[in-house]
Amino acid sequence: MREQIRGFIESNLNIFDSDVQFNDGDNIFRRGFVNSLFAVQLIAYLEQEFSITIANEDMNINNFSSVDKMVEFVELKRDGNG
Amino acid sequence: MSELQIKCVVWDLDDTLWAGTLLEDPKVTLKPRVPDIIRELDGRGILHSIASRNEYAHAMDQLKSFGLHEYFLYPEIGWDAKSICIQRIAENLNIGYDTVLFVDDQPFERDEVASVHGDVWCLDSSRYLDLPDHPRLKPRYVTRDSVMRRTMYQDDVRRQKDEETFVGPQESFLRELNMVMEISEAREEDLLRAEELTYRTNQLNATGETHTVESLNDIRLRDNHKILVCELADRYGSYGKIGLALLEFGSTAWRLKLLLFSCRVMAKGVGTVFMSQLRNAAKERGVQLMADFRDTGRNRMMYITYAFAGFSEKAKQDDGMVLLENQLTDIPPCPDYLETNVNVDWSSL
Repeated sequence: MREQIRGFIESNLNIFDSDVQFNDGDNIFRRGFVNSLFAVQLIAYLEQEFSITIANEDMNINNFSSVDKMVEFVELKRDGNG
Repeated sequence: MSELQIKCVVWDLDDTLWAGTLLEDPKVTLKPRVPDIIRELDGRGILHSIASRNEYAHAMDQLKSFGLHEYFLYPEIGWDAKSICIQRIAENLNIGYDTVLFVDDQPFERDEVASVHGDVWCLDSSRYLDLPDHPRLKPRYVTRDSVMRRTMYQDDVRRQKDEETFVGPQESFLRELNMVMEISEAREEDLLRAEELTYRTNQLNATGETHTVESLNDIRLRDNHKILVCELADRYGSYGKIGLALLEFGSTAWRLKLLLFSCRVMAKGVGTVFMSQLRNAAKERGVQLMADFRDTGRNRMMYITYAFAGFSEKAKQDDGMVLLENQLTDIPPCPDYLETNVNVDWSSL
């Protein structure tokens, strides 16, 4: 799951054009490259790929600020749904 | 060991598909019967792909000159571990690892793949001539769908590519566009366009409200409101006024009562940049930043935009209006591919 999320971010976020290194704990918003379209795609991707539903209440930036946070969030949602 | 039918053969290139090493030898030649085998399996509905350590364009050119490039789906030519290549191929094709055959001359590569994906059948390339007769490569039926399979997958690849081009302009590409965004206070002559924006923009309208020129002008002239318009231009010309914000201000808080953007510019980051400007302005003046949102059934995108700009729910009204509050931390900087000019007198707010 971690690999998938990371892969999605790398292929959809503009920063990874230029050999920029980022770690699973890095805040992806601080760099200023997250646009609305990416955000929408990310939500759709997480919902589809991991069969979860992300309600408006869950849509807090803190849940999606890094790969680590996303993994944590998805795991939590999955447990809740299961 | 599972014995499922093979759906995709993933080939190494150097000393597997062809004799020689592309980066070192002046010329490489296909191994005997390779084109026949590729075509035979393709006709049975078995897909082909590539996992090769090479320079992508160079290797593809070579495959083109052999007339074989069309047979390979999602070729992984680069410098990643082959287990990663196999993973991407399997994911792209949406097939299980137990239906993948990996052919490579290097024991190291086969072991590396096997260590990560135990279900992948890893074959020494010296045995490639046996492939057409192997039971795992002889499907019970060959249907019209099998014959068409590669073409259908290729249609998918094109679809995805078009989607990706639409979706993710790369940073370097964006930089070449010389984009300039202007945020200014709406003048009377901007109001018609503003009205149009409220009527045309469904998915990116935070409250679903529409306004007329008259109602907008009323709002504009009230002293605790501002209407902001965003205009975007690049080296091809202007995109026109592509964003609208209706801002109400008080001494302790500003409130975004309406925010909308044209979906044409969604991938360009203008919403995020606008939001950063507003958040910084609010932060500097020590006021809270609030926003109204109403779920219209079509504007989830706008909720996501708000959420990803640091807004979270503070209160919910009975009529369905949700009041959001911004945390005003981690405000992203403006990306360097977009120049922003702000002609707003925040101090009058």
